Amino acid sequence: MSKKTLFDKVWDAHVVDKIENGPQILYIDKHLIHEVTSPQAFNELEDRGIPVYRPNQIVATADHNTPTENQHLPIADLQSRNQLEQLSTNCKKNNITLYELGHKYNGIVHVMAPELGFTQPGMTMVCGDSHTSTHGAFGTIAFGIGTSQVAQVFASQCLLLTKPKSLRVTVNGNLKNGVLPKDVILYIISKLGTNSGTGYFCEYAGDVFENMSMEGRMTVCNMSIEMGARGGMIAPDQTTFDYVEGREYAPKGEAFSKKVAYWKTLPTDEGAAFDKEYTFEAEDIEPMITYGTNPGMGIKVSENIPNNKDASFVKSLEYMNFEAGESLINKQINYVFIGSCTNSRIEDFRIAAKYIEGRQKADNVIAWLVPGSKQVETQIIEEGLKDVFDAAGFELRQPGCSACLAMNDDKIPEGEYCVSTSNRNFEGRQGQGSRTILASPLVAAATAVAGKIVDVTKNIETLEFS
Amino acid sequence: MEKFTTLTSRAIPLDIANVDTDQIIPARFLKATDKKGFGNNVFRDWRYNKEGSENTAFALNNKNYYGSILVAGDNFGCGSSREHAAWALVDYGFRVIVSSFFADIFKGNALNNGLLPVQVTAPFLNELLNTIKNNPDTKIIVNLELQTISAGDKSESFDIDSYKKTCMINGYDDIDYLLSKKTEIEAFENALG
Repeated sequence: MSKKTLFDKVWDAHVVDKIENGPQILYIDKHLIHEVTSPQAFNELEDRGIPVYRPNQIVATADHNTPTENQHLPIADLQSRNQLEQLSTNCKKNNITLYELGHKYNGIVHVMAPELGFTQPGMTMVCGDSHTSTHGAFGTIAFGIGTSQVAQVFASQCLLLTKPKSLRVTVNGNLKNGVLPKDVILYIISKLGTNSGTGYFCEYAGDVFENMSMEGRMTVCNMSIEMGARGGMIAPDQTTFDYVEGREYAPKGEAFSKKVAYWKTLPTDEGAAFDKEYTFEAEDIEPMITYGTNPGMGIKVSENIPNNKDASFVKSLEYMNFEAGESLINKQINYVFIGSCTNSRIEDFRIAAKYIEGRQKADNVIAWLVPGSKQVETQIIEEGLKDVFDAAGFELRQPGCSACLAMNDDKIPEGEYCVSTSNRNFEGRQGQGSRTILASPLVAAATAVAGKIVDVTKNIETLEFS
Repeated sequence: MEKFTTLTSRAIPLDIANVDTDQIIPARFLKATDKKGFGNNVFRDWRYNKEGSENTAFALNNKNYYGSILVAGDNFGCGSSREHAAWALVDYGFRVIVSSFFADIFKGNALNNGLLPVQVTAPFLNELLNTIKNNPDTKIIVNLELQTISAGDKSESFDIDSYKKTCMINGYDDIDYLLSKKTEIEAFENALG
């Protein structure tokens, strides 16, 4: 029998049919939807008189466009309100479960779905959002799709796809204190570039990922798309099973045991071949920051911005108002954002709180903490982290995508820098003219305290972060 | 979906690499619930200065350049999965995007909207950009049937999935095909139990 990768095993189990010399029909187990990329798909089906085929396999939430303050009040922005109302109407009409604004399970789609146990190993999952790759942390084939494809899944629970090539990134060894999953993925992207993964599905392997929590694995897989890969995956193991067990929509009792037995067969066979392989050493990774306008433009906090004559590189530094060759340490920062589907899980806020406890936010900084879901928000309060944040002058807001893409009012003003735990530093991503510096929750917390970028490794001798 | 066979047009050169979908259509314009009207805001923050005046240095505002072909730098369409980017380009009037590399999701979205992504080699892209800049009224010919793109005496062939080619030429979309496979899909579901 030929040796298979984790990706092959899950993919092959979902192929309904193959078109000769063309794409394959892939069955989709779970379809996640939100307010921004679904309305046109609902309209399309309605116009063509096609019913939603499997409404019970769809999960809906409101996240991209929602305010992070006063969520109990009507939304002031008319267009935003209309978009959310359309989502509610469409879900009601088509019998789709919606975790709307204010619901105790509402949250960012890639935070609430795993939290509720919708995400399980061995599944195929899609969403009209490129960070759907997050769910690959469970050994799931999960990827972002366009709205035409949302309509296809509505109509048939399937997609027509060409099977992607396989890529494996292995990181072995032990991470240094203060080096977090976000640093690992920013490091990988800085080495491989933003299009190295295009056309590929990536598996992350090695000690570093095996030793990571599920939250950390989700952070890593989340950013797979930033190197162009449609998705990233990590083999399911005991950490995965323990996370899934007991969650609201996870299988229970004997059904769960049966699933686990199947999930254990999924990891890549010894000796299975990948189309492309990269290997890195954990010891080489340090806390990372970005200096440019794509996520591949990252350096260790302790490094200087590289020199490059390429026109796009020059344009990028001009936008950021940085000089080639300079260090970013001591650069004044007035905005810090801890949130987004990359870093808004409870572990991220625990890390931030651990660093912040006993310290104060710098006066020049506005620091927004935006939990990924209502459940995370509740946990922050119950664990006493909110008290730490309040005492230090950080602002805990309500859940949503928030300043990651600034569709709501959470915008970074023009020309201002924001050290952000989100996933994209594109021009204007966090508001027109805003300048984003991507980092881990620890680097973000340290920036907020110092009011400038600091080499966080020098401030954590007495604390353990992993 | 509109059919596509051949197109002869002038082109607009956008000599920038890694054009992400946030630049093609910024997130603040994603609140609309239909597909029309995004063209007004395509490349919004590059086309207009802060105070709202036109940025004359930007290729789309250069009166010398017009046409329904956009020739762009490497890795076009990276970032967000928003199909609004494809809708915006189509709504503005583009039928073809030429680049040396396309991001996956954007490429699929373009094909699903009758917008043809033509992937050429890096040297051909450079030549094409130079040709257009030196002679803006150069006619570019894109022939989907033959899978060729030519400008003057320069020509190159490009790849496209044969299924997608058929869809583009005939104006079919994936939904029609998937619905014709309902029996197979139901059988697959029954086998899952």
